[in-house]
Amino acid sequence: MSRIQETFSRLQAAKRRALIPFITAGDPRPEVTVELMHALVKGGADVIELGVPFSDPMADGPVIQRAAERALAHGTSLRQVIEMVAAFRRDDAKTPVVFMGYANPVEAMGYEAFSKAASAAGVDGVLTVDLPPEEAGERVAVLKQYGIDPIFLLAPTTPVARMQAVAKLASGYVYYVSLKGVTGAANLDVADVAKHLDELRRHISLPIGVGFGISDAASAAAVAKVADAVVIGSRVVREVEQGEAGLAGRLTTFLSDVRSAMDRA
Amino acid sequence: MADNKLSYQQPDQTGHYGQFGGIFVAETLIPALDELRVEFEKAMRDPDFLAEYRHELKHYVGRPSPLYHAQRLSDAMGGAQIYLKREDLNHTGAHKVNNTIGQALLARRMGKKRVIAETGAGQHGVASATVAARYGLECVVYMGAEDVKRQAPNVFRMKLLGASVVPVESGSKTLKDAMNEAMRDWVTNVDSTYYIIGTCAGPHPYPQLVRDFQSVIGEECKVQCGEQIGRQPDAVVACVGGGSNAIGIFYPYIDVPGVRLIGVEAGGLGIETGKHAAPLTTHARPGVLHGQRVNLMQDENGQIVDTHSISAGLDYPGVGPEHCYLSEIKRAEYVAANDDEALVAFNDLCRYEGIIPALESSHAVAHACKLAKTMSRDQVIVVNLSGRGDKDIPTIARLSGIEL
Repeated sequence: MSRIQETFSRLQAAKRRALIPFITAGDPRPEVTVELMHALVKGGADVIELGVPFSDPMADGPVIQRAAERALAHGTSLRQVIEMVAAFRRDDAKTPVVFMGYANPVEAMGYEAFSKAASAAGVDGVLTVDLPPEEAGERVAVLKQYGIDPIFLLAPTTPVARMQAVAKLASGYVYYVSLKGVTGAANLDVADVAKHLDELRRHISLPIGVGFGISDAASAAAVAKVADAVVIGSRVVREVEQGEAGLAGRLTTFLSDVRSAMDRA
Repeated sequence: MADNKLSYQQPDQTGHYGQFGGIFVAETLIPALDELRVEFEKAMRDPDFLAEYRHELKHYVGRPSPLYHAQRLSDAMGGAQIYLKREDLNHTGAHKVNNTIGQALLARRMGKKRVIAETGAGQHGVASATVAARYGLECVVYMGAEDVKRQAPNVFRMKLLGASVVPVESGSKTLKDAMNEAMRDWVTNVDSTYYIIGTCAGPHPYPQLVRDFQSVIGEECKVQCGEQIGRQPDAVVACVGGGSNAIGIFYPYIDVPGVRLIGVEAGGLGIETGKHAAPLTTHARPGVLHGQRVNLMQDENGQIVDTHSISAGLDYPGVGPEHCYLSEIKRAEYVAANDDEALVAFNDLCRYEGIIPALESSHAVAHACKLAKTMSRDQVIVVNLSGRGDKDIPTIARLSGIEL
């Protein structure tokens, strides 16, 4: 059983929802990323989405764009991000780590070389924003060969036929984009999300995470009532943007608040 | 348009040109691209749509554009005869309008009331703003903040035409960043908005759609060469940023034997300096950007690198997928002309022919002049003169140390 599957089974048994925070690797600088990952776990993260910085983040809003710029200014590369996970694994063998990023850094490294290195370092899943099922076939096969779960996005615009196509390729969990827009937008409609999740569950048996537009404990708790996992990205990154002073502690505190709101929900 | 019977058939059903092209976008946009592909295919089989498109090209754009023998320039070079396909004489001053009319008609057909566009030099932005005014659509144009500075006359022109121009401050603040921002707008407003991509790049079906709307250039050119020269040219030369004017004139010639197709990329300060925008000339490794797999200027970690060109319209790290394919199968050749060579050509065309070309098109003229000298006087080169240079006058003046 993969680390992601194990995590979701354990949570399901305890009737809890997964909390999945996102940070960009290398932001504010590469040296602190591993420490921040541990701080997220301490605050109650069940899975960590680690952003791999890319020069042209087309699906991201301004907050995560700036995070990528800060990380790239320090020369953060995909190989370094893989090394960060290896370092994280020395003290945490349990928490799944999912890479979230764009196709080109992986294309440049090569899927075979990437999958081999990532798997050895302890990376559990890869979400490639600009790799829809149409282009995913052979690329995803290589990931799976190395035991890495390909995480796919589903959107409010996704028709049924595509849900089925994603169901065939995906493993681990799927990520439902709660609104039409870029990361960090703020107009989440929980009733609308609930309706879409009902439809998705008819076609996909994997756990469903919901992200984009979840900005505080209240919206996380609301989403936790309908989804299997709650993904928080821009709001966490904004905390990073406030500066390094006391950062790890602030991340832990913020997530703990979200965690308890979700558990009360 | 799409009615030519070529043995060359690209892209395939999935939008790939060999290993290039494809649909590399986030899930939210996929249904919109599917809808666009279906509507586009329907439209291209609809006689009423095609008749309206042709009517607009004739009466609004002023097509066909002339094929002009640049006699004095040819004599000065002392070799092949240079002909210019005068896309600079189109309404709005460039080839871009051929495509924006087609796409605006598609937008209207699909019931979209708002169009967005990215622009580099501003020519595509102006062409989009123009057709938006013509068909009563709301128009927002994304333009790199750096380009807003370089191309002030076009920014003002877009505003006169009723468009909003949004300066993009992220990344290198040029064309690629404008395209990122337009994609972000599209994903947010996908129900109401049609994205008019200006070049033969982006996710399928855009490269095909832009090619088909631009191929009117090559089709006219074939007829005009027959009538005026009595044969087809030995070489067709066009500048390549994303590559829409080049694919427009190349496409109808792909199946014509004996016609060399030569794309001219921006050599910037020189290929050896690394400060250029010439992914095909330098055989840049294929990669994924803006929804497509193409030859891409990137570092060893897959990050897109900054490009350089004197002309904003060529300042793009990638190139349309069909050019990558034509390069790979060796049907077309790709070379570069440097900033200084483009400037010499710019001045030559001004002085010998009384034509002020766009800096983008000057790259094609520069290579044609170089090539002409190696050919005999009875040979023929057609240059796609894709745009006029009025927008570049402030840049040229600044380079000459003149304050306007």
